[in-house]
Amino acid sequence: MSDPQATSGARASEPAGTQPACRARGVVALTPVNVCRVCVVEVEGSRVLVPACSRKVEPKMVVKTDSERVRLSRKMVLEFLASSVDLSCAGAQVKGWMERYRARPERYGPPKAPAAAGERDAAHPGHHEPSHPGAASTVAQLVKLDNDLYVRDYSKCILCYKCVEACGTDAQNTFAIAVAGRGFDARISTEFANPLPDSACVYCGNCIGVCPTGALMFKSEFDLRRAGRWNERKQTVTDTICPYCGVGCTLQLHVQDNRIVKVTSPLDHSVTSGHLCIKGRFGWQFVQNRPEGCKE
Amino acid sequence: MDLHLIPGAAPTDLERAAVDGALGPPDSGWDGGERRPKLDGHIAHGGRDARARRHLLLPALHALQGRAGWISPGALNYICQRLTVPPAEAYGVATFYSMFSIEPRPATVVHVCDDIACRIKGAKELGAEMEKSLGPAGSQAHRGNAPGKSGSAHGKTGGAMWLKSPCLGLCEHAPAVMFQVAGGKPAASGPRAGDATGDWTLAPARTADVLAGITGRRALGRPRGASTPQTRTGAGGADRASAGAAPLRLLRRVGRVDPESLDDYRAHGGYAALRRALALGPEGVIREVTDSKLMGRGGAAFPTGRKWDAVAKQPAHPHYLVCNADESEPGTFKDRVLMEEDPFALVEAMTIAGYAADCARGYIYIRGEYPLALARLANAIEAARTRGLLGDDILGSGFRFDIEIRRGAGAYICGEETALFNSIEGLRGEPRNKPPFPVQVGLFGKPTLINNVETLVNVLDIVVEGGPAFAAIGTAQSSGTKLFCVSGCVAAPGVYEAPFGATLADIVKLAGGVGAGRTLRAVLLGGAAGSFVTPDEMDVPLTFEGTRAIGASLGSGVIMVFDDTVDLQDTVLRIAAFFRDESCGQCVPCRVGTERQEEVLHRLADAAAARDGRRVPAAATEVALLDEIGQAMRDASICGLGQTAAGAAQSAIKKLGLFGGGR
Repeated sequence: MSDPQATSGARASEPAGTQPACRARGVVALTPVNVCRVCVVEVEGSRVLVPACSRKVEPKMVVKTDSERVRLSRKMVLEFLASSVDLSCAGAQVKGWMERYRARPERYGPPKAPAAAGERDAAHPGHHEPSHPGAASTVAQLVKLDNDLYVRDYSKCILCYKCVEACGTDAQNTFAIAVAGRGFDARISTEFANPLPDSACVYCGNCIGVCPTGALMFKSEFDLRRAGRWNERKQTVTDTICPYCGVGCTLQLHVQDNRIVKVTSPLDHSVTSGHLCIKGRFGWQFVQNRPEGCKE
Repeated sequence: MDLHLIPGAAPTDLERAAVDGALGPPDSGWDGGERRPKLDGHIAHGGRDARARRHLLLPALHALQGRAGWISPGALNYICQRLTVPPAEAYGVATFYSMFSIEPRPATVVHVCDDIACRIKGAKELGAEMEKSLGPAGSQAHRGNAPGKSGSAHGKTGGAMWLKSPCLGLCEHAPAVMFQVAGGKPAASGPRAGDATGDWTLAPARTADVLAGITGRRALGRPRGASTPQTRTGAGGADRASAGAAPLRLLRRVGRVDPESLDDYRAHGGYAALRRALALGPEGVIREVTDSKLMGRGGAAFPTGRKWDAVAKQPAHPHYLVCNADESEPGTFKDRVLMEEDPFALVEAMTIAGYAADCARGYIYIRGEYPLALARLANAIEAARTRGLLGDDILGSGFRFDIEIRRGAGAYICGEETALFNSIEGLRGEPRNKPPFPVQVGLFGKPTLINNVETLVNVLDIVVEGGPAFAAIGTAQSSGTKLFCVSGCVAAPGVYEAPFGATLADIVKLAGGVGAGRTLRAVLLGGAAGSFVTPDEMDVPLTFEGTRAIGASLGSGVIMVFDDTVDLQDTVLRIAAFFRDESCGQCVPCRVGTERQEEVLHRLADAAAARDGRRVPAAATEVALLDEIGQAMRDASICGLGQTAAGAAQSAIKKLGLFGGGR
């Protein structure tokens, strides 16, 4: 196991209110992969900017967190992401950063038409014909609906690798997903893009727990959102202990209209670090399987 | 690890044989072999031991691709079982490299170079001819029986398809093609089986020869020595001593020595340096290299002696030596020429480096597009091993060292040193964050000395003549000689060697200059990752400091010359496409930035075309956007690919006034 605190030295250098998205969401249980580059800072003596999420603080290090260079790179990274990925479920904080850095993703032109089913999964690495000018390439594609528990909407994926880490050595050690392909065609994939039920997935849902952009989502949440009935203000969160085994994981039941709509665990919890198994995460249907006519 | 394999996918006998050829036969039912009823039920094999063999993933994939022509689900299953790799991860690795296919395809795949040097020497016309014969690029209309399906067919009956390819490193003979040929016999067992390959290259590629090649008739390659005009008597080379030219050092044996004969190499002074090194002792060798002021020739120009010293002093063991022969920078072919024509020199130099830095093992990571260099190096290593020049007791000194070749599979990014380590380790070729640097944490997490081919070969003379003698050549800050890859619109393209300090004009003149009646328009210095220089900058001395002074860089020594017949805008668009294709996709600035850069350049090109080349008013906004994209890539990308991906386009706009940006 890795010590999450050991690699997070540079957290001290984060400017107030601009912690990396992952930190803001409390995901400290994962090894920083630092590929999104939103949190870059300027370190004196370093030719290029360095990621604050993973660069360790050293004695006498001089760090600039809000220089011109830093602001430009953050703006551009936000523009790159917002112009190519659907960030609608990435949270209000991302919106705040977009305003703060005056990111204008519309500068890259109207988005290109979404990819056909399976098109992005089949992309071969290497030589390609130039994309159509005048329209900005995106990762827009169909939602992957292949099981009853969660959906994968890779139109919202910023390729932060967190799900891969959580599925792999940082939490679950199941290795059902990995990054496939290369460059702009890189994607999170099972082997041969097989549907999840054919893959190694054990439905622990820990990938959903660490996904910062809502690309991975409970089917229950997805259905409510699609029906226009998802309403976080109407939801209550109830802490409880998982009834299934003796580990005693803390569960947070998100309840809307007296029905459980999703289950999480506190990311900074000493027992779970936010991670659960299929039973705690998805095994709550029985609570609301009341006989017909029974009062709710 | 509880492996979950792809349901219902089993390898064919051919696929199994291909994988076993690379990995050796399986030990038990635990790693994909026959289940031994009693034994395997009681003792579990695998675990850490099996996972430690993950570095054989790339050789296994190569063996499979080379034999079956594609990576099928069943075959991937079998590899995963053999090496205890989760299928999703193995799939992630297989889809990272452009030479691997996860779909069935014809036995012969013709990769037609579509990159900058070949484009100006008829690559597009060649592509049009290929389209007439084989249909559009990527079309499988002529696929015939894939060897993976039929189990025996290959070559003539296996059909063919063609693909466009990034630079194949044969720019001096443009246009170039590579034949990737599946089928043939499984190679001898063991991890070295990946060395054997049916792939071959052809340059200059005439349509008739390419079409003949598809049916299995190999056209004769290039005439020997033609890659290095200086080594020929007659045009360009002549009698160097009488011409007052500096003697050739790195190219001394090229074209004169038999690259397949260890005896001939020794007759030309080979292995004198290793003897001298063993006499000097490791510290002595490092002292000479430090005194020589040799700087790395891979592009970053780091002092070699300091690197060697740092690795030698690392307390963690084992140390590894890696030779970076993944020469993929468009326009670069010097390392290929050295490896093809003087492979023993590299083997000897690596042995010396391994000795000096106390390395347990050496790896040569060679790009997949260099089948001839691969074969010659494999032969050289084998010959050296047979004669006790590699192995347990080298020249009776008690020094123990051996070299393994790892073949890349079509990924420019693997030339980045930490991406290269990941590639060897069987991971996706994604660069790591630095620090830590390879001298502390490199291959397999151990201290690693990594040098480029040209850098290493320089060491031979340094050891023999001594560091100070080497330092006396060239300029005070850039010592020794440098190999320049001259291509494009010159009379005699090729690798040229000159002491540091020669000017750009000198080298272009050496290569015969631009054609009669043509005028020089621009030179691309340093390759796609470099920048354009203008005709009024031809007096720049080709040194690390001299090129820096004009805001350019020497990079890998690329000098690509363009005259007034070349569509430079097309060249820049191709460079942008190249970076978009070759970005590993890991970090946002590079993954999206290279895509956006290409889009903006196309918009600019279209606008400029519509305005018939006059200055486009709207261009200023687009050029400013391009600037910001470039700066974010330079500042926030993880590795050198993203950091240099904007250089050529920026210089084309600012210095050459392309894309309607105006000067």
